[in-house]
Formats: sequence, structure tokens, C-alpha cells
Amino acid sequence: MAAADIAFLPNGSEGTRARWKYLDKVLDRPGPFTDPDSFVPGNHETLERAKVLGAGGLGCEILKNLALSGFKDIHVIDMDTIDVSNLNRQFLFRAADVGKYKAEVAAAFVEKRVKGVQITPYCGKIQDKDEEYYKQFALIVCGLDSIEARRWINSMLVGMVDGNDPDSLKPLIDGGTEGFKGQARVIFPTMTSCIECQLDMHAPRAAVPLCTLATIPRQPQHCIEWAHIIAWEEERKEITLDTDDPEHITWLFQKASKRAEEFNIPGVTYSMTQGVVKNIIPAIASTNAIVAASCCNEAFKLLTNANPFLGFPGTDNYMMYTGDESVYTYTFEHQKKDDCPVCGEEALARPLEIDPEATLQEFVDSLAERPEAQLKTPSIRTTEKSLYIQSAADYERMTRPNLEKKMKDLTAEGEEMLVSDKAFPTMFKYVVVWKR
Amino acid sequence: MNDKKQQKDAEAAAAASGKKKFSAADLRVIKDLEHLSLSDTMELKRELDNYKNFSLAINPDEGMYKGGHFEFAFEIKPTFPYDAPKVRCKQKIYHPNIDLEGNVCLNILREDWKPVLNLNAIFVGLQFLFLEPNASDPLNKEAAEDLKHNREGFKRNVRAAMGGGNVKGESFDRVMK
Repeated sequence: MAAADIAFLPNGSEGTRARWKYLDKVLDRPGPFTDPDSFVPGNHETLERAKVLGAGGLGCEILKNLALSGFKDIHVIDMDTIDVSNLNRQFLFRAADVGKYKAEVAAAFVEKRVKGVQITPYCGKIQDKDEEYYKQFALIVCGLDSIEARRWINSMLVGMVDGNDPDSLKPLIDGGTEGFKGQARVIFPTMTSCIECQLDMHAPRAAVPLCTLATIPRQPQHCIEWAHIIAWEEERKEITLDTDDPEHITWLFQKASKRAEEFNIPGVTYSMTQGVVKNIIPAIASTNAIVAASCCNEAFKLLTNANPFLGFPGTDNYMMYTGDESVYTYTFEHQKKDDCPVCGEEALARPLEIDPEATLQEFVDSLAERPEAQLKTPSIRTTEKSLYIQSAADYERMTRPNLEKKMKDLTAEGEEMLVSDKAFPTMFKYVVVWKR
Repeated sequence: MNDKKQQKDAEAAAAASGKKKFSAADLRVIKDLEHLSLSDTMELKRELDNYKNFSLAINPDEGMYKGGHFEFAFEIKPTFPYDAPKVRCKQKIYHPNIDLEGNVCLNILREDWKPVLNLNAIFVGLQFLFLEPNASDPLNKEAAEDLKHNREGFKRNVRAAMGGGNVKGESFDRVMK
């Protein structure tokens, strides 16, 4: 056993770096594409000191890659527990781990296998953490499994950027896969195209026209979608569909089977019903491995400058991969959108000094004089409520009483405030700071 | 410098107290709602602070549905605009592309939705359904058959249904303005 351990774990004897032999070659000497101005041969410290965060569904791959690329201070967030169906590809987990938190098990496993790495797990949602938490990292590698979570972390990182503090800019490396397709992209929040700018790059959800479902189903999936969207609404409207409730899935499965029979369509099964209703796309281990490898490679290059990385403003920032018809990758620059609602010029929350004793009316008047705004008919809302809305006559009437109130009674320090004006296509986002 | 420090403190305090921020979906829907160009035949009904649920009334001033008042309930999901809003006709109406439950067959609500489209595009699309009901994408099959084979009969059925009458044993909501 001991002999095998050594063969598999070439950490080398005390004081040697046998395991890192190849890594050291990359760190210690420049390659043909290395930028000599930014690369420091033999600098291992940057990498070892960098605190990085890995999050989400590509977790196993990302964690393993980061640890074996020489990162030593890795944090990991994952809210999931281990399911038996994960074991075929999430190689850090064993049958005995089913039910435990992924982040904890993965952290313990990698710490054991790669000596000298410290992994700090957090079992929960990325949304549980605040700016203070995200501020501590050098960069963030995400393999999140939902668009919602991506948009959240994206707007968090964009919102953190403070023009006077270069450390507030945290590169975001995002990997995602769907079956045989995937992408790796690098985002420098506010400087390059962000996830919101790239929203239309996500493959649209495959949807069949409603009328096809209703009249001429051709495939078993059509019958399941019909049961899901039309039959459920007609017969069980009062019950909210829970896709994790076996009784609900069984009901849909039976409905779909009956309909398939009517139209002479074979192939409706219980697991297909589950797949269609929950929109499950099988995860392919090799796709995950390729995309995660690309992401961690970018993280490594970004910190060490050993080679050119994706995402430098004005250069390529998006690598798409597709493996379903042969193997193909294409790397390009996705351009930043000027009118992006998250990172567009007007969307960045700027601090706005407000006199807490001023009335809303006085504040509205002051907006007309601000150089970047010059808004004559502004509508103002906070995340909590609409303060004054002028875009429609009845809203104006409803919110008019607020004009006499003092700002301190309408908003609070640190709250986001959105100011728009019908006359302009852009909106302004501010963070309230009390004038002292 | 001191200001900068104070501002930092304020931001830190805000982050610590978990002050809510506008989500990307909020920003997009507010932007869409703020920049609508509604025609006289459309009317948006929305509560002041509710961007997630609102309704649109369409009052066609030409075509077979002229004189009607049709209301659609909109539900914006947190995944907007990646996902299209959920739209349902609030009344039971006789229309080839809208079923008796209020489901609407409009391409940009499902298979052709893209994040670059906005709410205005959906509003215009819905209005179009009343100007040009479409027999080749039927959701109410009987209505579609009528439209295809017996246009005059279809028109009569539309008028009867809009007045709250029966068409082929099915009773409809009165939707005359």
C-alpha cells in the first residue's frame, strides 16, 4: 500500500518537488508566447499565495485542476449533497459519501491527495455570501449549473469594482457545459463583456410550438410536454407542480402515455418524463473535463503570466467547444455591450451623496443639474419601493406625496437607487451615501 | 481622502447589513417597462412596485375582434430575459391561437424567444393575433377549422363568443368593451 501511494503521489521526498517537475518548467522559464515584460521566471509565490474560489457543478474537476496546478489556498462553494447518480463522473466521491455535502467531501479528498493544499469548503449558495467575502479572492472560477447563479455572481463582481482600487476587480472565469457542448470564458468585470452582455450566447431552451403539442404531437417528448403544460393546467390547476414529487411525475407520465397511445407514438417512459419535465440534459464527463481544464488553465496563466490568457481587454475572451459532431473549438472576442443592464456605462452603481434632511422634491431638482444625468422628468426607485414615478400619470399621482418627505425617511445609506427618464434610453444606478 | 474612507465604510456597512440590490432581471424588466411604446389600443395595468406580475389589455380597433377588450396576465421569472415571460389570456375566448384555458400560441413566447426581444415585441405580437388570427398554428382546433373552411361562419362565431354567447356548446366570456 505504501509503495503504491508513493507511485501515485509523486510528492517526492522531503524538500524535493518531484510532483511539480513539469509545473516548475512552465514557471521557471518563458515560452515562445510569454510576454517578457510581465513574466517573472521562477516566481512561485504569486500562485501559492493567491486565494481563489471555485464554485458549482464542475466542482470536482475544477478543484482537482486548481490543486494540481499549484494553487495552495482554494475556497470552494457548493450547495449540493452527493447523489448516487453523481458517482459516474464526480470522481472525488465514493458510494459511502452519498448524502454528504459535496464541498466538504471534495475538500477533504483533495487535501489528502495533494499535500500542502488548503481547501476551505462552504456548503451553501453563492448568494449567501456578500461583497466582503468575494473581496478576499484573486479570482473566481465558476462552473455553475444555472444561468440565474451566473447572472448573480456576475452582477455581484461588476458591482464590486471601484475605479480607485485595482484590487476590487476580480476576474471571473466561467465554464459551462450542456451535453457535448461547452464554453470557457474570462470576464474582467466592467472592462470586458460580462455574462449579461453574453446572455444570448446561451443555447435557447429547446421549445416546441404550443400548437404542435396541442394538435399534432410527433414525438414522445411532445406528449410529455403536453401533459406538463396543458393537461396539468386543465385538470390540476390548484396544485403547484413539484418536479421532485414522484406522484406528480407519475401523473404526468400516465397522461403522456395515454396521449402517446392515441397518436400511436411509442417510447414514453417514466425516466423520459422526468428528463423532459425537469429539463435534464445528461452531463458528459469528458465535456466537463475539457471545459474545467480550460478554465483552470486560464486561471493559472492569468496569475503567472506564463502565457497569454483569454479575456485581456481587446482580445479573445470566449472559447466555445462542441464535441457532438467531431471535435471543434472556436475562440473569439465577445464584445461588451454599451447598453448592458449590468455592466453598461449607465448601469454601474456610482456613489451618490444625498443630504438626508433634503426632501425628495429637492433631490429631484438636483438631478436636473447633475452633469451626467440632467434629467428633467426622472423616475426614482429603490429596491424597496418606487419613490417618484413620472413615466405614467397615475403613478405620478400615487407617488407625488413622497415629494415632501425627507430622503432619510425614504431610503437608507448603501441602498441602490435607480433613476430613469423616459426621454433617455439609459438608466442610472446609484448607491446612496449620506452627505455629512 | 476622508470622503473616500467614509464611502468605503458605508459600502461595507451596506454589504454587511445585506442591503438588497437590483437583480439583473429587475433591471431589464424596469428598462423594458420604462421604454414601452404602447399604441392607443393597448393598456398596461400594473401595481406600483410589482414588476413581476402585470397585465396588458388589448382593445382592437379593426379586424374581426374589433370592439373587444382582451386581458393578458404576464408573469416575469427571475430568469428573464433568458426565459420569456409566462403569458395567459385571462378570459375564455374563441380564437384559433388561444385555447380555452388561456394558453397562447405565439412563436416569440416559446420557440422563437430570444433575450434580445423585449416586452414591447410580445405586446405587438399579441395584438397581431387579433388582427390576423392564424389557422395554421391552431391551439383551439375547432376555431382554426372554422377560420380555414368557413370564414364567414368564423366571423359570426367570433361575434357571438365576444358577446358572451355559446359556440358549438361552449360558452365564452363577454369581452365587449
